[in-house]
Parts: sequence; C-alpha cells; structure tokens
Amino acid sequence: MTARPALESTTLASEFPPGLKDFNFKVLWEFQLLGINFEITKLTVLLWVSVLALVVFFSLAVRNQKMVPGRLQFAGESAYGFVRDGMAKPMMGEEGVRFAPYLTTLFCFIIVSNWWAIIPVVQIPTTAKISLPVVLALISYVLFNWVGIRKHGVKKYFGGIFWPAGAPWWILWLLTPIEIISTLIARPVTLAVRLFANMFAGHMLLLVFTFGGVALLNSDNFVNKTFSIFSFGMAIVMTIFEFMVQIIQAYVFTILTASYLQGALAEEH
Amino acid sequence: MVTAYATQLATVPVLRAQEEEEVPVFPVVGELIIGTLAFAVLCFILLKFVFPKMEQMYQQRVAAIEGGLAKAEAAQNEANALLEQYRMQLAEARTEASQIRDEAREEGNRILEEMRTSAREESERIVARGAEQLAVERQQLVTELRGDVGRLAVELASKVVGESLADEARRAGTVDRFLAELDGLDTAGASR
Repeated sequence: MTARPALESTTLASEFPPGLKDFNFKVLWEFQLLGINFEITKLTVLLWVSVLALVVFFSLAVRNQKMVPGRLQFAGESAYGFVRDGMAKPMMGEEGVRFAPYLTTLFCFIIVSNWWAIIPVVQIPTTAKISLPVVLALISYVLFNWVGIRKHGVKKYFGGIFWPAGAPWWILWLLTPIEIISTLIARPVTLAVRLFANMFAGHMLLLVFTFGGVALLNSDNFVNKTFSIFSFGMAIVMTIFEFMVQIIQAYVFTILTASYLQGALAEEH
Repeated sequence: MVTAYATQLATVPVLRAQEEEEVPVFPVVGELIIGTLAFAVLCFILLKFVFPKMEQMYQQRVAAIEGGLAKAEAAQNEANALLEQYRMQLAEARTEASQIRDEAREEGNRILEEMRTSAREESERIVARGAEQLAVERQQLVTELRGDVGRLAVELASKVVGESLADEARRAGTVDRFLAELDGLDTAGASR
C-alpha cells in the first residue's frame, strides 16, 4: 500500500493486481489450544484495539454524567440515542428500548471495525475477513431466535415460521420451505456475507487504485506516470465513498438485527 | 499481449497454491473464537457499565423535562383557577357593593323620612304645648287681672265717689258687669 517504502519497488509491480494475498497478514504469534490453531495477526490486534477504543470512549462518556452533557458525554449519548431512538424504537416500539444497548454496541463495533479500512497506515477493516461478520451474524441469529422462543415458546415460535399466519393450507407446501430458508438459513448468511463482501470489495477497490497508481508511477512510460495521478485521485474519491459504505453497512447490519428481533417479538411472524 | 496474459494465468494457480491456507471467504475457527471473545468482552463492559448509566440519564432527563412541563402546567392551572376565583370574588364584591349602596341609599332615605316625621311631630308637639301654656298663662292672667281690675276699679271708684262701697253684693255685681263688658270688648278686639 502507500505505506510501503520505495525500495521494495521491485516487488510493487508484482503486487499489482491486488489479490487474496493482500488479506493474509504476517502471523505475529501462533499458538495451539485444545487442538485449535490461533494466529495473532494485524487483524487480531486491530480487533482488540477496536474493543479497547470503544470501551475507553464510552467509559469516558459516562464517567462524569451531567443533566446537561459535556462534549464527550454528548458524543456517547448521541451514538446511543441514534440507535435507541433511530432504530430500536421505530422498529420495536417501547419494547425495543431494552435491546438498544446491544444494538448500539453492535453498531459502534461494526463502524469502528469498518473504519480501519480508511484510517491511515492501518487501512484494513477487520470485517474484510468473514470470521468477524460470521460471529456478529451468529450472535444476531441466536439472539432473535432466543427472544422469539422466550416470548412465544418453542412451539408457537417455530409454528409461526412453519405455518405463516393467514396463509391458506394449500400453499404451505411452497411457503413453509421458503419461510424456513429465509428465516433460519438466509438471514444469518446474508447478514455475514453482506458485511464481509462490502468491506472486502471496498478494500480491494482501494488497493486497485492505490497499487495501480504506484505501478503506473513506477513504470518507465511517461504517459503511465501521468495517469497515476488519476489512479491516486480515484483512490481518494473511493476512500470517501468507502467511508459512507462503512457507515451504511454498520447501519444495515444493526437495523436488520432490530428488524429480525421485531419479527420474533411480533404476535404473528 | 496474449502471451503475457497466458503467463499470468499460468502463474495464478501457483500463487493460489502457495497461499491456499487462508482465503477470506471461509471463516477460520481460531478467528471465530477470538472474534467472539473480543465482542463478548466489549458487550460485557458496555452493556454492564455504560448503557445502563446512559439509559438512566435518559430517563432522568425525560423525567426532568416532563416533570418541568407538568409543573408548569400545574402552575398554569393554579394561576387560572386563582384568576377565576379572583374574578368571581371581584364580581361578588361589585354586586355586594352595589347592594350595599342601594341599601344605604334606602336607609338614608328612610332615616331622612323618619327624621322629617319626628321633627314634624316634635314641632307640632312643641307648638301644641306652647299654645296650651299660652292658654293657661292667659287664663291665669285673666284671673289675676280680673281680681286686680276689680280691686283697682273699686278703689278708684271709692276714691272718685268718696265713699266706701260697703254693699258687697252690689259691688260684686258692678264689677262682674264691668268685666263682662270688658270681655265683650276684648273678644270683639280679638275677632277683629
């Protein structure tokens, strides 16, 4: 990437086009535990830095709470209020308030994880490998099913999925498989894949323009060198575009989780 | 151009083979566990220590605002009630005042009338008494005068005539006749 020094210029050409290799980071530390291989990479470090940053930010935001908030308290409460009154309440009504803390945590965590993609020097989102989105999607999946079962009981909850309310009996042969697939299989998969794919593609896009710019600049052709400006310019434009995508993806993930929770809580789902 | 592409194609599987162990599309168990752990830690801290405080703050703020509004409304209601009360009291006071004025006027008239009546009565009484007294005094005077005049007349006559009128019966008759004449003169004078 841009941070790579020029003396590696011989390898830079070979780095273009960027590929899957750019998602494999140097293993900083490796250990085995219960037969499972753990690799500590740049992404692992970033993951924990995200957690630490959020914990520090929110801890400071509630450290000295006042009725009329200070700047930091206001920032923290804005994030919470945005999810609470912008997602949880509109989706689930008053019942949604009790999910607002989790949804805020989810939203902020995804946003920070995504933001690594455009934070200078770091420039790799932890969500660009599918493991983290899978974890978050699985938690959402377990959460909304658990909430539904707890509210309606196993029989009524799964009954509502297998036999959608209001559907005539003769259509069930078609509707039931669709419902089962969409609710119990497609939801977690799409949640994880949507977030991962957007971040993966976004990272790839930035790599293409940045590496491409470097490759053009390093070429012997003067025209190519000139066009490297265009490539770098696109990298900047795409960085701004990615900034939006990162926020939108965090928003989509959170609001879909809220929507699934609402569906599980609804009397007829 | 074509040959370059072909060589690139040829090198791609080699590259893949070298870096096959990790493709970002497939989740890695170790990463899943670490990810879960990290997110669990984040959730634990934020859900336990941060958001309850924020929610509490929200509720307090809502309570403060709604409480303030309710208080303002209560104060407004109280003020309205008081105003209504004052208006009613004012109206009552006005009615009462006009009533009192009317009564006072009536009372004044009554007192004036009473005073007039009693003054008239008093004056009539005084006049009547005066007249009575006058009559009594007059009677007294008349009686006194009658005696005096009789005696003086007798004395005068005695002196004039030079003789004592010894005959009482004749004297009394003379005097009485004289007085009667005098009375007749007197009443004629009064009626004139």
